Formats: sequence, structure tokens, C-alpha cells
Amino acid sequence: MSATSVADGDVALERPRRTPFWRTSNFRRLIRHKSFMIGLVLFSFVMILAIFAPWIAPSDPNRTAIRLRFRAPDWDWVLLLGTDNLGRNILSRVVFGAQLSLAIGFGVVVMNAVFGVLLGAVAGYFRKLDGPLMRLADALMAFPAILLAIGIAAALGPSAWTAVIALSVVYVPRTARIVRASVLVVREMEFVQAARAAGAGHWRIISKHVMPNCMAPLIVQLSFIFAYAVLSEAVLSFLGLGAPPSLPSWGIMINEGRTYIREATWLTVVPGCTIAITVLGLNLMGDGLRDVLDPRLKIEQG
Amino acid sequence: MGRYIIRRLIQAVPILLIVSLISFGIMQLVPGDPAIVIGGPNASPAELDAIRQNLGLDKPFHIQLGIFYWNLFHGDLGRSLLLGKPVLEAVIERTPVTVSISIYSLILTIFFGLLAGVVAALRHNTWVDQFVTTFALIGVSLPNFWLGLVMIVLFSVHLGWLPTSGYIPISESVVGWFRTTTMPATALALLQIGLLARITRSTMLETLRQDYIRTARAKGLPEWRVIAKHAMANVMIPVVTVIGIILSVLISGSVVIESVFSVPGIGSLLGNAILRRDYPMIQGGLLFVAASLMLLNIAVDLLYAYFDPRVRYDVGN
Repeated sequence: MSATSVADGDVALERPRRTPFWRTSNFRRLIRHKSFMIGLVLFSFVMILAIFAPWIAPSDPNRTAIRLRFRAPDWDWVLLLGTDNLGRNILSRVVFGAQLSLAIGFGVVVMNAVFGVLLGAVAGYFRKLDGPLMRLADALMAFPAILLAIGIAAALGPSAWTAVIALSVVYVPRTARIVRASVLVVREMEFVQAARAAGAGHWRIISKHVMPNCMAPLIVQLSFIFAYAVLSEAVLSFLGLGAPPSLPSWGIMINEGRTYIREATWLTVVPGCTIAITVLGLNLMGDGLRDVLDPRLKIEQG
Repeated sequence: MGRYIIRRLIQAVPILLIVSLISFGIMQLVPGDPAIVIGGPNASPAELDAIRQNLGLDKPFHIQLGIFYWNLFHGDLGRSLLLGKPVLEAVIERTPVTVSISIYSLILTIFFGLLAGVVAALRHNTWVDQFVTTFALIGVSLPNFWLGLVMIVLFSVHLGWLPTSGYIPISESVVGWFRTTTMPATALALLQIGLLARITRSTMLETLRQDYIRTARAKGLPEWRVIAKHAMANVMIPVVTVIGIILSVLISGSVVIESVFSVPGIGSLLGNAILRRDYPMIQGGLLFVAASLMLLNIAVDLLYAYFDPRVRYDVGN
């Protein structure tokens, strides 16, 4: 994010020491950004649920207890969120669902960080590859996001990996486009020319000089992709295309709960609220990051 | 304009090709033998052979691809395993349902999205602005199928205002149509209202800072005319650009929403096909929706170019 040192060819120049990130001005602006902090709190809450799931959960998320079915939420740790039609503990299912949801979201983010950056950097840096790669991205983006994910997931069959792969195919072209746009700007800058003149190779220029200066829009994009991924994963598993029914996924919980929506509203309300908290937290963080890192970016995500 | 139309149509060809390839690829992506997935674990070898023959899975890859495109050029999207009739026929039968709900939803989106965005911008930094921005953000973060379920609980189960599910065509009863489509259309629209309100608000704020707005005010125009005539003309540009996107999100969102409200549209057709592994239906249905959305987007682009000549020249150079 900070400007990279001028030349790092073979001549050993003394590198300026990097400021630790918690002392940069961006970091200070972030912690003073109200909506970013609210988002961080919401997201951290879900993160804590996910990380400490085995300790928070009163019982195994899949353990059925028919005698205890349809218990309404109560002021009691074990029955805090009630039980479902098979007597399974909703609190347990929600916290393990948080694990699954965040894991899938994180998987999609990693895939985007790897393939989106790779394809975007290659397309932006090597002129000859730009045309074909971007036409392919255009075609994939012409397919409405959720339909493409549904199509791929329907073919691959339900599993957590299916969700990651399907959603990555949907979002990687979008990330690649954003990375490409900033690479196109940075590659024309003088320090890149200087590095080239100093004899640095293509990969060195891309990884050491171009990419570090393209991070801001990428980070913003990835935070929004995390939000979309959590939301879309819920849609996929609601349709029976995401995680298999043996896993406590939020989308599956909503789908199972809808049969009993008249008698046991909490079966659908609870997982829906956790999805909303997670996605809202990520969206707020994304907004904050955009304001601080990349003020010129506007909301134009489809 | 003529050249722009032709260029725009030519651009669509490679995209359409890839879209159709993706749809063809769905069957190829099925892990293992699709016949076993379709027929189930208890199907006899003879049944499996019949499925393979029926879907052309016994032929080599390039022949399958050739047959797929040959059929496609003849308007044949395959035959649904579940319904036993051509996919195209089944999809077209249900198109009016999905289209009418999407249009209803689009109208809701544009009306409330614009209204909320403009009001928030005019009351910048007041509680109204805060309310709209917060509401927009929450709207963007809610899963719409869940919202649909919550609406069913609230408006059907508790208040008893609207039926929980079903669909009455507008030709049968206008009131009935409104009663059955209002909840699905609203559930679909809410997220888009949030997005549109955010875009409208930021564009309006930017526009209000322009010199020509100050000129309009300085020459003594009443404020409502400054806003309605001068500012809105510029606010509409980004709005028109996103309408195509909004409409495609609405139509693709209907896959889930129609299943929630048991509306017999293309969405629930696809939803059922997915649950029952009716691959020809999934392939053909997705291809149909994607291709129609592409044509729709081209139409929106052309309209846009017609109203804003700058677009034509931008793309040209």
C-alpha cells in the first residue's frame, strides 16, 4: 500500500523500514470510521461463534432427540434458541453453521485472491493476453451470477467444495477485471519503467512493483465478495445445492424450517438473522475499507 | 445508430457461444456417470442404457457437442425427463408468470429506490438520510428467500392479508394477481431498492454540487423545478445503466423466490428440475434465461445509446 522502494535490482540499496500497519494513517482512519467498526464488531461476533463452536454448542449439532422437538427459545443456555423438528439443538446448529458458512466464504475469497489476481495481473500486464482473457471474463459475467452458480453446483452435486468452486467461477472474473484495471494504470508509472530499465524480469516487476500498488481496490473487492459468497452459499444450500444435508448449513436450516413456519417460526428466523448479521458486518467493513483505501470507487456491483 | 446496433449484436455472438457452451458443459461436469445420477442407485442396467441413449450419452464427446448445437439451431433445447415434453415449450408456458412478477418488481424497485435515494440526498446528513442509508444497507444484506418466508409469517399467517402461496393470472383476476404477486415481487425488489437508493443518493449529492444547479437556483427557479428538471436529468443516467443489471438480478432471483411462494414460473420449474436431477431441463432452462437476459441487456443498451448519444461515440472510438 505504501509506495515501494525505488529500485531493487542487484544493487543493494538500504530499504526504508516498513511502517507496521497499525501505525499507518489508513489504520487510524479505519478505527475512527464508525460503520467499519460496527461491521468489525458484527463480523467478529460471528467469527467468535465459529471459532469457539465446539465450546459454545450445548450438544452435537446433528444429535436428534425426538422427545425434545419443537422447544421454543427460552432463557436457558441449552434452549436459548430452541430445538427443531427432530429435537436438534438450534444453538449448536447455528454456531457450527457459522463455521461452515465462513469457511466457504473464506475459500471463495482465497480462490479470488489467487486466481483473480493472477488472471487480472496477466491480462493487465501482457497486452496480448488481455483481449482473450477479458472476453472470457465478459462471457462469464454475462451469465447472471446466481444462475451460473446454480448451474455449476447442479452439475457437481451438493458438497461444500461445490459451493466454493461454483461461487469462485462466478466471482473470479469480476475480481480479475478490477485487478486488471489497476494494473493497467500502475504499469505505466515511472517506477515500473525504472525497474524495467534496471533489468528486472516480468514476474519480478509484477510481484514486487505492480501488485503492491494494486492492493487497495483488491482488498475492498474481496471484502464484498466475502459478503456475496456467504449470501449466495445460503441460496445454494437452500436449493439443496450447497452443503449436503448432513452438515448444519444456514441455508439448509431455513429450508428445513419452512415446513414448520406456522408453528415454529424460530427455525427459520434464527439462521436468517445470523446470515444477515454476517453479511451486514462484511458489507459495513467493505464500505469502510472503500472509504479509507479507495475513495474514488463507487458502488456499482451487480 | 445503425452501426452501433450491428456492433452491439456482433459483440453478443461470442458471449452467446460461451453461454451455450457452459450450458452444454453442465452434463459433462456431472461427476461419474450422469445416467446413474438421474436413474438413481437402484436402476437396472437396461434402464441406465435407456437413459444414456435418450440423452445421447453413449456417443463420443464431439458428437454430443455437434448434436447439441444442431438441435439448438433448430430451436430444440432438449426434452424434460420429468415433464416428458420439450424444454422450450415448458419454459415458454411459464414465461408470462415470471415476466409479470419481474416487471412488477422492477416498477417497485425504480419507484422506491429513486424516491428513497433522492429524499436521502435532499435531506443529506439528517435522520431521514441516516434512515435510508441504514435501511438500504440492511436490504442489501438480507437473503431474499428468507425475507419472503418472514413476509409469509407476518402477512399471511399472522395478519391473514395475503395468501401464503400460489398464483392467479392477471387475465383471470387483477385483484387476485396483485394479492398473489405482491409478496414475491417485494421480496425480490427489496435488495435492489437498497442498491438503487445508494446509487441515486450518491449521484444526486454529486449533481447538487454542480455549477449548473447553482445557476438554475440563481436565476430564481423554484427548488422543485431545479430538482425535478435539472438535477434528475443527470441522476437518471446511472439509473438507466443499472436497470439492465437490476432486471437480470430480479429474473435470476426468481429461481429462489418462486420456489418459496410456489409460483408456477420459470424459477420454480428450474428449482424442481434441480431437486429431481432433470438435467435437460436445467440445461435448457438456464440457457433460455441467460440468452433472454442477454437480449434484454442489449435492448437496454440500445435504448440508452438512443437517449444519450455520447455512449454511441464512446464505444465507437
